Amino acid sequence: MNLIDQIARLGRAAIELVIGLGKAGLMLWGAIMHRPRFRKGTPLLLKQLYVVGVQSMVIILVSGLFIGMVLALQGYNILVGFGTEESLGPMVALSLLRELGPVVTALLFAGRAGSALTAELGLMKSTEQLSSLEMMAIDPLRQIIAPRFWAGVISLPLLALMFTAVGIYGGHIVGVEWKGIDSGSFWSILQASVEWREDIVNCMIKSLLFAVVVTWIALYRGYHVIPNPEGISRATTQTVVQSSLAVLALDFLLTAIMFGQ
Amino acid sequence: MLTRKIEILVGLFLLSGLAAFLVLVFNVANVEVKSGDSSYTLYAKFNNIGGLKVRSPVKVGGVVVGRVSAIDLDPKKLVPVVTLSMDKRYQDFPETSTLSILTSGLLGEQFLGLTPGFMDDDIELLVDGDRIEDTHSALVLEELIGQFLYSMGKKD
Amino acid sequence: MTQLPKTLVETKNMAFSRGTHVIFEDVTLSIPKGKVTAIMGPSGIGKTTLLKLIGGQLIPDSGSVTFDGVDVHKCSRSELFALRKRMSMLFQSGALFTDMNVFDNVAFALREHSGLPEAIIRRIVLMKLEAVGLRGAAQLMPSELSGGMQRRAALARAIALEPEMVLYDEPFAGQDPISMGVLVKLIRELSDALNLTSVVVSHDVSEVLGIADYVYVLADKRIIAHGTPEELRLSEDLKLRQFIGGEPDGPVPFHYPAEDYKKELLRELD
Repeated sequence: MNLIDQIARLGRAAIELVIGLGKAGLMLWGAIMHRPRFRKGTPLLLKQLYVVGVQSMVIILVSGLFIGMVLALQGYNILVGFGTEESLGPMVALSLLRELGPVVTALLFAGRAGSALTAELGLMKSTEQLSSLEMMAIDPLRQIIAPRFWAGVISLPLLALMFTAVGIYGGHIVGVEWKGIDSGSFWSILQASVEWREDIVNCMIKSLLFAVVVTWIALYRGYHVIPNPEGISRATTQTVVQSSLAVLALDFLLTAIMFGQ
Repeated sequence: MLTRKIEILVGLFLLSGLAAFLVLVFNVANVEVKSGDSSYTLYAKFNNIGGLKVRSPVKVGGVVVGRVSAIDLDPKKLVPVVTLSMDKRYQDFPETSTLSILTSGLLGEQFLGLTPGFMDDDIELLVDGDRIEDTHSALVLEELIGQFLYSMGKKD
Repeated sequence: MTQLPKTLVETKNMAFSRGTHVIFEDVTLSIPKGKVTAIMGPSGIGKTTLLKLIGGQLIPDSGSVTFDGVDVHKCSRSELFALRKRMSMLFQSGALFTDMNVFDNVAFALREHSGLPEAIIRRIVLMKLEAVGLRGAAQLMPSELSGGMQRRAALARAIALEPEMVLYDEPFAGQDPISMGVLVKLIRELSDALNLTSVVVSHDVSEVLGIADYVYVLADKRIIAHGTPEELRLSEDLKLRQFIGGEPDGPVPFHYPAEDYKKELLRELD
């Protein structure tokens, strides 16, 4: 009897998972599969780009600078032991481009913009604003979800690029300005080892996929929130936890595909 | 006026993203925008290419004059064929030039070292599609150690 | 109640449940055109759910809801949206869009659906705001308004597209006597002046009996009584008497179902 209970619980969890995935899929499908409306859609998208992108810029730029600097400092301490401190450039640039840029940006984005999206949608749901749109014969998926989704998908790759560029600059500050590596060899070795297709394109592919995942989870959690304060706070936490885990797992998968050969 | 401010900030945001992209592409990856056909192709056969890779540099006295664009295996002779994409600015190498696979530092990356050969009246210059005959394969550390041990053993 | 005027909304043998929790078992009611119909009942009985069923946001387990002869739950999404342009709903919380000021809130549906030029929209919005007495507050944000004013602004938004029917969800809940009076007056006036069909869901007995033309009382997952306010006041039904009179104990017990009081007190803890 107990065993059957366990099996039933497993089955129920699986069914709920599938229902959740189905709901999330339907939500995204309903949000992005329609004719674009440029005249009405553009102001909404602009507003969300501001909320999701511009307002995340400060934390992304500051974190990028510091992570680049710390990376360079630790790297320098190790490399100088082998007399290969000139390789600091590629070390910083490749770690940022291949992993840290997309991943850390996505994690910060989940904390800054993802949680805000969930909380905002949760509030709209609990104050019946979403229902009210429905009753006005306006599809909330189109009006509310779609612009937020696109804003996230556009913003995150741009933020990841900014993060990486600023991080490399941070590495330059520590390596060249502080530790006295020759500027010429720093840049030339860096340039010789970074490849346009392998590194920069992969960086962008990664952050684009992270953007889809993080924004999707945030919107789903907000849209299907249990409309009370406790539900909103739990949904916000879930957004951050689930999208962080999803980003890290997806990153491993993508790294294995891109660089694992 | 609030929307105007948002529009400006979003515009700046998109521009900074673009700027970061351009910095990464041109300053970090150092993608060269080549107009038209600014390179010519040479071929070389080796017995062993060691750790040579596509995009490994070709250097003359330390100056990068081209890159490896492809590595294939000759289907009949079963030896590696390396395709070099040479910069048009550096031409006029005589056909007596030698090409060797070298290593930067003890453990560093491998690259191709091109040593220009002697010039004579009846010696032609390398042009697009030519093959460099005189090649030196990569030194494989294990083989070297093996030979060393073998010669040590013979002495005793 | 012998002869009703033309019916706008009709529900037939409607049942609805959330998970295993049954909310309605068998609800049949009809809402006459151009009148104020009230649906009353104790809180937690699913009155809001009933409105959402009428508006097509929820789908009943069985039975049907028709609006002007069209089955709300059998038509396509675009047909449903076309129906919804003819009705509107005043939510309990007002549900004003928090990121727009009052003017834009009222103008929102007009801008989305009417396709009218901005100059005309501006006049319509000002007229609607004047009707609820908030023309002076047009540029305020919803968070700057009091609860009663928020509800009035939401009412202006609800009538912006000149719907045939307005569903009011607990319009009087949590209002002070003055705003309550204002809302009662507005609902009655709008109904008479625009020939609106109004459905008021509420548990504020005296206000509802004051403005309704016809009243349904919901309890125990079904309609337990209906009639004009006069008929209900004179009813002998015990449950109805308890609800209308506001008596603490009666057929609807004061106590949540529990085991015998004495037994539980005397039981030894084991």
